[in-house]
Parts: sequence; C-alpha cells; structure tokens
Amino acid sequence: MDIYLLEAIINGILLGGVLALLALGLNLIFGVIDVVWISYADIVMCGMYGIYFLYAQYNVPLPLAFLIGILGSACLGVLVHKLIISPVLDSPPLNQLLATGGLLFFLQSFATLLFGTDFRNIGVRLPVLEFATMYVSFARLIAFGVALVGAFALYFFLKKTYTGTAIRAIAQDREIVGLMGIDQRRVYLVVSAIGGALAGLAACLLALQYDVHPFIGNTFGPVIFMICVLGGLGNMLGGFFASFIISLIIAIGGYYSSTELSYVFAFSFFIVLMFIRPRGLFTP
Amino acid sequence: MSTNRVLMLIGAAILISLPAFTPAYFLHLLIQILIWAFIYTAWSLMGRFGFVSFGHGAFMGLGAYIPALLWTFWGLTPWLGIPIAVAASVLLAVIVGYPCFARRVVGHYFALVTLALSQVVLLSLVAAREITGGSLGFTQKTVGHSWYALQFPEKGYFYFIALALWLAGLWVWQRIDRGIGREALEAIGEDEDAAAAVGIDVMHQKMRVTMVSAALTALGGAIYGQYVMYLNPETVSGITVSLQIVFAAIAGGVYSMFGPSVGALLTLALTEGLRVWFGTDYIGAANTIYGILLVLCIIFMPQGVVGALQGIKLRRAPEGKPAVAKP
Repeated sequence: MDIYLLEAIINGILLGGVLALLALGLNLIFGVIDVVWISYADIVMCGMYGIYFLYAQYNVPLPLAFLIGILGSACLGVLVHKLIISPVLDSPPLNQLLATGGLLFFLQSFATLLFGTDFRNIGVRLPVLEFATMYVSFARLIAFGVALVGAFALYFFLKKTYTGTAIRAIAQDREIVGLMGIDQRRVYLVVSAIGGALAGLAACLLALQYDVHPFIGNTFGPVIFMICVLGGLGNMLGGFFASFIISLIIAIGGYYSSTELSYVFAFSFFIVLMFIRPRGLFTP
Repeated sequence: MSTNRVLMLIGAAILISLPAFTPAYFLHLLIQILIWAFIYTAWSLMGRFGFVSFGHGAFMGLGAYIPALLWTFWGLTPWLGIPIAVAASVLLAVIVGYPCFARRVVGHYFALVTLALSQVVLLSLVAAREITGGSLGFTQKTVGHSWYALQFPEKGYFYFIALALWLAGLWVWQRIDRGIGREALEAIGEDEDAAAAVGIDVMHQKMRVTMVSAALTALGGAIYGQYVMYLNPETVSGITVSLQIVFAAIAGGVYSMFGPSVGALLTLALTEGLRVWFGTDYIGAANTIYGILLVLCIIFMPQGVVGALQGIKLRRAPEGKPAVAKP
C-alpha cells in the first residue's frame, strides 16, 4: 500500500477520536434532553478562546488553562440549558432546533465583536513523530488517546454511578422516571454540564492542532451532526463508530483530492446512507 | 370596492412610484428586501407545512452561480442561464427530495439531511476554485447597461424586476393557499399516515411543493446574483444562508402571505440599521444583537411577528400554533 495513503488513514483515525468525543456529548444531550444543540461546536469555539487567552495572553500554565477551559465550558453548558433550552422544552422539536440556531448566530457574532476575525494560535508546537517514514502529528495522537479515555470515563460514569443510571433511565423513558424519585430537572442540568465539559475537553485537544477564530464551529459543527445522525441520534455507540467512518472518508478523500472535496464526499455519503437507513446506520 | 382592494391599490401606487423620489441607498435596500422576501416566501411554501428545509442555501447557490458562470465563461445570456439554473435546482430537489420522502426522512432528520445538502453545494463551489474563485468569490463580466446580459447599472430597473419577482412569489403563495393541495399538505404536515389513509397522494403533494419551492429559490438567487454581480460561496450558499432563510421566514411568520416578507423587511432593516449605528468599529455587534433577538423571538413569539399581531387582533392566545407545524 502507498505509504502516504497509510499516513492519511492513520491521521484520519486520529482525527476521528476528537470527533467521537463531540459526537458523544451531542448524543448524550439529545438522548436525555431530546434537543439537538445546533450550536454545540460553537461552545467548543468559546472553550478554545478561553484557553487561548488564559495560556497565551495571561501566562496561566497550560494544564491549569485546560482545566479552567473544561470547567468554564461545563458552566456554559448549564447556562445554555437554563437560559435557552428550559423555556422551549415543551415546544415542537423544530423550534428547539431554531432556538439553538439563534445561539449559533449569537456566539459567532459575539466572538467576532470581542476578538475580531483574526486566527489565533496558542503557540504550543508539539513534535511530529516519524514511524517508518510516515509522519504522525503528536498532538493528534494525544488527542486520540485523551478522547478514548474520555469516552470510556463517560461510559463507566453512566454504567456505575447512581446519577449515571438516572441519566440512562431518563433516556429510556421520560414519563416514568419521575415515579422512581428521580429529579428530572437536576439530571438535565448534570447532562448539560457533562455535554459542556466534553466540548471543553475537545476544545483543549483542538487548540493544540488548530488556530481559533469565531467561525471554527462551522468547520466541525455540520460534521458532528452528520456523525450523530448517521450513528442514530441519541445512540452513543453508533455515533462513536460513525465518527471513524466519516473521518476515514475525509482523510482518504483528502488524499485523492482536495480538503473541500473530501467533505463533499463525506456529506454526500451521509445523504445517500440516510436514504438506505433513515434512522441511522446502527439503529435496528 | 372593498377596503382591502383600495388598500392594495394604494400600496401598489406607492411601490411603483417609490424609485422616483427614493435615494439610491434606500433603493438598494428596497431591492434587497424584495429579493430576499421572495426567497423567504419560497421557503415558507414548504416551511408552513412543517417540511423544514435547511437546504435552501443549496438552491440559492446554484441559482446565483450557474447563470453567472455561464455568462462569464461562455457568454451565454442569463435569459438562458437562469432557466438552466432553475432546472438544475429542481433536479437537485428531486434527487434529494424523492428518496427523503420515499424513506420517510422527517423532522430532525430531514432538517439535518438538507443541512448536509447545503454544505455539499457550498464546499463544491469552494473546491472548484479554478472557475469560481473559491472562497475569495468572483465578479461577473460587466458590460454596462444591457438587456441581453441582464445587467443594469441603474438601480431603477432592478427595483422593478425585484418588485415583479416578489409579486409573482405572492401569487404562487396564493395559488397554493387557495388550491385543494393546501388542505392535503396541512393534513400531511399533521400526520402522514392518516393523510395517506384518507387517500391523499403524499408523495405527489410533497414533491410538487418542494419542486416549486426549490425553483423559486433558485430564481431568487439568480436575480440576486445579477443584481450584486459579486458572488461569494458564503453569502449565497451553505449553512449560514440556510439558517438566515429559516430564521427570517419564521421571525415574520410562515402562516400568512405577507409573513415572510415582513420577516425580510424586519431582519434587513434591523441588520442594516445596526450596521450603520455601530459603524465599522464594532464588527459583529449588529449580528450579536440580531442573534439575541432571534432566540427571544423563538422563545416568546414562536408564531412570528405577523402571527403574533393576528393573535392580538383576534384576541387569541398567541401560542395557538407553533412556529412551524409539528413534523
């Protein structure tokens, strides 16, 4: 096999890790609260700006900046839920979609207002690893590892803890959990915080690889929805596998043509698959 | 003569005489409002029945780019280029719409599939940068005043073209609103299975309204492209334009004929007013306020401005109907 193709495939799989993390967050929120956050990727953007300013402008140590970035994003998740999602919980699904779409406009424009449209980099240069004449970005390797650890941590949290069990119970049957003594509103807040924290974690990993600018959410956002829908909205395991399918299509497509066309392939693949399996690849 | 008819005649007289005494800047705004109002009306043809498409950016992109590219590279007159663009959009709508409807892709899933469609067109336009100029955009070949090239440096011509376009859009709206298809579509919007059970041809009705909506959106995109001359993938296609269409239409209200046009008037007046107010010092300030208003509008006025006003007039609770019918 062509060595460069192999390199593209490896980098694709590594990118899939971060996408999987974001897909998990979005699926968790959808599965439990039943709302699609169109603006999810823009929370990542906010997290990246937070990390950039803490580390590059105010000289906060990187690990501390990451921690604050994650906690800040979690708070942002709770805030979004309190201010925007709660009032529209009983509205038709499409109004909920539109409310978070308005948030997307707001966050992107507000970031433009505060920070301008410059591309900013936190200036951490991680080495590029070389295996058998293949070049693999160390930042991507770390991102992949951390994303996998994050995904497993979430899995154990959902399986082993009381709150985790309550979350899964709500995802299964919204009507009945109240009778079991579970406070639905509290669980919603916890889920929004976890969703925000996952976005914050993704922001840490992406800040190492990409420049931050107000519209970076548009680069990832549509891809993440596509992944979630492909895996079956709310199906976390499906979303996890779908991330790697899509990231491989993007990597291999990018190898044979241009970056934009590789996304065109991925989106077209998604549209065609929706016709074959309208409820997602992994939904029986 | 009824009061309504008198009001309409007065309105028509005002609209026709406007270019005579309006400064060029306001005429420019009016032309944009009319073209966008037409596009929002085209979207609402589907949206009011609960088929919420996030893919109209795709149709607008094709409509704007195809005639411009054909004219600039092959000198083909837009009089042929625009019908080709409309046909291409309808073809795209059929290619994506038919399997969507056949496989019952509805609600969230329909919104997200069409979102992917608008990204496909956006990214294809960027990827074909040798001919489209990519994300830098491109300017059409200009020849000055020409009916053959549909280019008029004087804004007055485009005002009347935009006005005719807008009136045609309202006419199509009324045709569908008064036809038998409207009740069929409302039934489908409420419950597809029940609609099919009483003998409505669900596929035929949905395809028809989708094709009309896509064709009109492409036409609006084409006229917009002829008017502004400079095209950029981000301003005529993709997720941003799709969301802009959905929001403005819903902010105005999709259930009444003038709703989407009021949406166009309000959103453009607002963004332009905020832009002038803040000047170039605070880039993004205008859209920040716009974003806040959108969220507030969806939360507190889900029926749109026109819907809310009608609700007050009829002393009816405004939350009678959602912004868009349940899928």
